[in-house]
Parts: sequence; C-alpha cells; structure tokens
Amino acid sequence: MNGKQGYSLEHYKYLRRIRARKRIILAMQILLLVSVFALWEAAANYGWINQFITSKPSRAWMAAVNLFNRGELWRHLGYTIGETVLGFSVGTIAGILIAAMLWWSDFVSRILDPYIVILNSVPKVALGPIFIVWLGTGLNAVVAMAIATSIIVTIMVVHNGFRNIDPNKIKLMHTFGASRLQIFTKVVIPASVPTMIAALKVSVGLSLVGTIVGEFLGSKAGLGYLIVYGGQIFNMSLVMAAVIMLSTVSALLYYLVVLLERKVVKYNH
Amino acid sequence: MAKLVINNVSLKYHTVEDEIEALHNFNLQVVAKEFISIVGPSGCGKSTLLSLIAGLIKPTSGSIFLDSSPISGTTQKIGYMLQQDYLFEWRTILDNALLGLEVMHRKTGESITRVKKMLKDYGLSGFENSYPHQLSGGMRQRVALIRTLATEPDLLLLDEPFSALDYQTRLAVGEDVCRILSQHQKTVIMVTHDISEAISMADRVIVMTPRPGRVKSEHVIDFGPEYDHGSCLKRRESPRFREYFTAIWKELNTNER
Ligand SMILES: Nc1ncnc2c1ncn2[C@@H]1O[C@H](COP(=O)(O)OP(=O)(O)O)[C@@H](O)[C@H]1O
Ligand SMILES: [Mg+2]
Repeated sequence: MNGKQGYSLEHYKYLRRIRARKRIILAMQILLLVSVFALWEAAANYGWINQFITSKPSRAWMAAVNLFNRGELWRHLGYTIGETVLGFSVGTIAGILIAAMLWWSDFVSRILDPYIVILNSVPKVALGPIFIVWLGTGLNAVVAMAIATSIIVTIMVVHNGFRNIDPNKIKLMHTFGASRLQIFTKVVIPASVPTMIAALKVSVGLSLVGTIVGEFLGSKAGLGYLIVYGGQIFNMSLVMAAVIMLSTVSALLYYLVVLLERKVVKYNH
Repeated sequence: MAKLVINNVSLKYHTVEDEIEALHNFNLQVVAKEFISIVGPSGCGKSTLLSLIAGLIKPTSGSIFLDSSPISGTTQKIGYMLQQDYLFEWRTILDNALLGLEVMHRKTGESITRVKKMLKDYGLSGFENSYPHQLSGGMRQRVALIRTLATEPDLLLLDEPFSALDYQTRLAVGEDVCRILSQHQKTVIMVTHDISEAISMADRVIVMTPRPGRVKSEHVIDFGPEYDHGSCLKRRESPRFREYFTAIWKELNTNER
C-alpha cells in the first residue's frame, strides 16, 4: 500500500491535471445552460422570436414566483414528486416480487413470458382512460399510470438479472446443502443489487412519464396539469416554467438513485 | 471397509439435441486418510464424478457409499472445492469463509473464532474485512479452501483447484495445500490435468479413459518414508518422480482403452 505522501511530484501534477479538466468540463456545462437561457431571453427581447408562443426565461420565472405567492407551487410540485415516488416505489417492489416469483418457478416464467413481452410493447398511455374509469380522476389513476409505465421494465430487467447469475455460484451453495430460499437470499438478491439499481434508474424516469401522462389525462394538480392548463389558456410562461421544473425534478430523482447506488454498492470501489 | 466405495457408476446427460454418456461402469474404493489424484483427458467425466460423489447429481446406474451408507443428496461430511474460487464479491473475506457454516446454521462464536484463526494461519491475517477483488489469485484460492475446510468435512473433493492460477502461484498454493491437508488428515480426491501436481500430492493416481470415463489404470505412489505429505515440492525432486511421470504420461497419451 502506497501512502499519499509516498507519491512523486509527477503524480501530483497528474492528479492536478485530471482535477483541472473536470472543473473545466463542469464550467462548460454550466456556461452552456446559461448561454441557452441568455440567448432565449435576448431573442425574445429583440423580437427575433415571438414571445407570445415561446415565452422567455424571465417570464417563466415570474410565472413560477406567481405560483409561489399564491401558495400553489409546492402543491403542484408535491403532487408530481409524490405520485412519481409512490408509483416507482410500488412498481419497483411489486416488480421485484414478481421477478422473484418468475425466478422461483421456471415453469410459470415460461408460461408468462410471451404475455410480458406483449405487455411491455403496449403503449401504457392507452391504459389511461381505463384507469380513469376504474379509479376516477386524480391521485389514484395517476399513480396507477406511473406504476403501469415502470413495472414491466422492472420485471424484465430484474428477472433477466436473476437468471444470469453465475450457475457456479449456485452450485457452490448446493455443495453446502443450501435450500432454495437460502440461494435466493444469499446469492440471487445480493448478486442482483447492481441490476436492481440499473432497473431503478430506468423506472424512475418512466414513472415520471407515467405521472405526467396521468396528470394530462385527468387531474387538478401537478406539473402535468399545469402544462395542459397553461397550454389551454395560452399562458406559455406557465408551460415553460412547469417544463423547466419538470426537468429539474427528473434530474433530482435520478440523482437520488445514484446516491442510493453509492450507498448500497460498496464493494465495487 | 473403505471410506468411499464407487460401484459400477454410469451417468448419462440428456439434452434435447443429444444424450451424452459421461461415465461408464466406474469403480473405485478409497480408504480413510488416502489422497487420490484423478487425471484424464478433458471432458472424460472428472467433474461429473466429483458431482456424483458430492450428491449433486444422481447416477444413472450404480451406487456410491460413504462410510457404508449410500449417498443420497449432499452431506456435511463432504467438502467440495470447485475449479474457481467463486468468492462472493459483496461479502468480506471473513464472511466468504463463513458461508458454508452460515448455510448449515453452524455459525457460532466458536466457529467464527476457528475460521479467523485459519485465516491467520494461512497468511490472510489483516484481510478479514477486505473484499475479494482486493486479493491476489493465490490468496483467493486459499480463502476458498478455508471456506471448504471450515465446515469440517472428512472427505474433501478438489476439482482442478489450482487451474486458474499462474504457474508460480500454483506451486506455492499447492505447497500450502499440501501442508494444510497433511495437518488435517482428511481423505482427499483431487482432479487435475497436471500430472506433476497429481504425483506430488497423492498416495494413488487414477488415470481415466476418454469419455465415457472409466478407470484406465492406477498408480500407487510411494516415495519412501523420507518424503511425507508435508512438502510436495520436495517430492518433485525425488528420483522416483520421473518414473511415475513417464508412466502416467504414457498412459494418458495412448488411445487404446
Ligand atoms: N450438464 C451437462 N449437460 C450435458 N452434458 C454435460 C453436462 N455436464 C457435462 N457434460 C458433458 O459430459 C462430459 C464430461 O464432462 P465433465 O465431467 O465436466 O468432464 P471433465 O471435468 O473431465 O472435463 C463432457 O463431454 C461434457 O460436455
Ligand atoms: Mg472438469
């Protein structure tokens, strides 16, 4: 083991170069974002584009401040985030349980296989009206949409992960006389943690899609509702504000999964 | 009565495309504390034989007795070390070494202390809380051996235990294993494709025919009292080593059955 002090001068220079490069990349990323907003603002101010249909950042900001002042901002954000988190938590847990069931019985898995493939390719938006009839407009139907959009992918990715575990690891467990439950808890689950995180990364985005579609179709709150409502009354500033917030929420949720990954998968680094 | 009796064992594998007879009328008796090496061309059914003894698969015909009772399913009396270490990358070294005990519900304060001592004795002190990827190939293989020995089996099955290692490490780990096993006084069946390794470690070398595998010939290895099991490297320097090597090498390279 080499102590930090033991490195040569060149190594420090090397490390510094790497860090400098990282900082420059981050700076460029921020600069790019700021430039796009600045250009957008300028283009609207100088009349290069029609403000009425494109709005501009300062107005979008005002729309958001307005919402905040009326005490509605947190409600809308809360609905969208809550519905998404609920949808993808239920979808992930149920998806993993179903994948476990499929792993447990290869027979059942073979029977269900074509149906899962078909369900996966059905556009989930098409199910929206059904959920609304069954569950009414509002939270329940939106969460159902969020679950529907994410659960099938979770089942497929996780089940695939379960199936691809090195059979020799399972053979090793058999040499100790392990039961099927022991094999599941001591090999299959821990070996699939990275796969489950990968599934989570996909399903968090899909749940958000489901939530927004659900809110489009029938709800009185949430960012999806704001976007549709803003579009109907031709308030593009409100639409843009909601879209920007939506992007932020999406990035935030993804980052939460990355944090979870760092916390859970310790043995990799 | 022998420790292990293998009686006319045959095994066929069935797949949709084909039926493969891996073993045909295999017979072998092993006495307690004996070290048997099995060599044979690849695909002749060596791993299959070990899986049968371990109770992981059932013979198509014939029977296997351990301590006079027929083998049906896995038993804690047998320790099976696979071709690679298959350490679980999410478990620490100590937890990997304890896996067998854990599965058998035998993980106790006493057994943990014993495993920790084994790790220390076999040059792994300070690595209890490391993860497998931080260890060299030779160290990982020793952890796998400790994992097998931890459950205190009295018959040990080793399937090409060093084949994943480079030559230098292989000799070193082989030497360690010789020392460790001679301390433990177990009955051992080791499969290998390395004739030198087979001779240097064993009391008896079994040569198998190509598939379907049977016993082709057996060679009792006796270096005399001055070459005990403590050191395999020393056995390699014995004048008789060459003779055994040539005899077995010829056996393996003649195709007549
Ligand atoms: N699960 C299996 N299904 C079908 N054929 C198998 C299976 N396992 C091994 N075989 C075949 O049986 C023969 C013996 O295999 P194995 O015992 O692994 O040989 P060895 O260990 O001597 O190289 C090989 O030809 C192999 O292809
Ligand atoms: Mg083999």
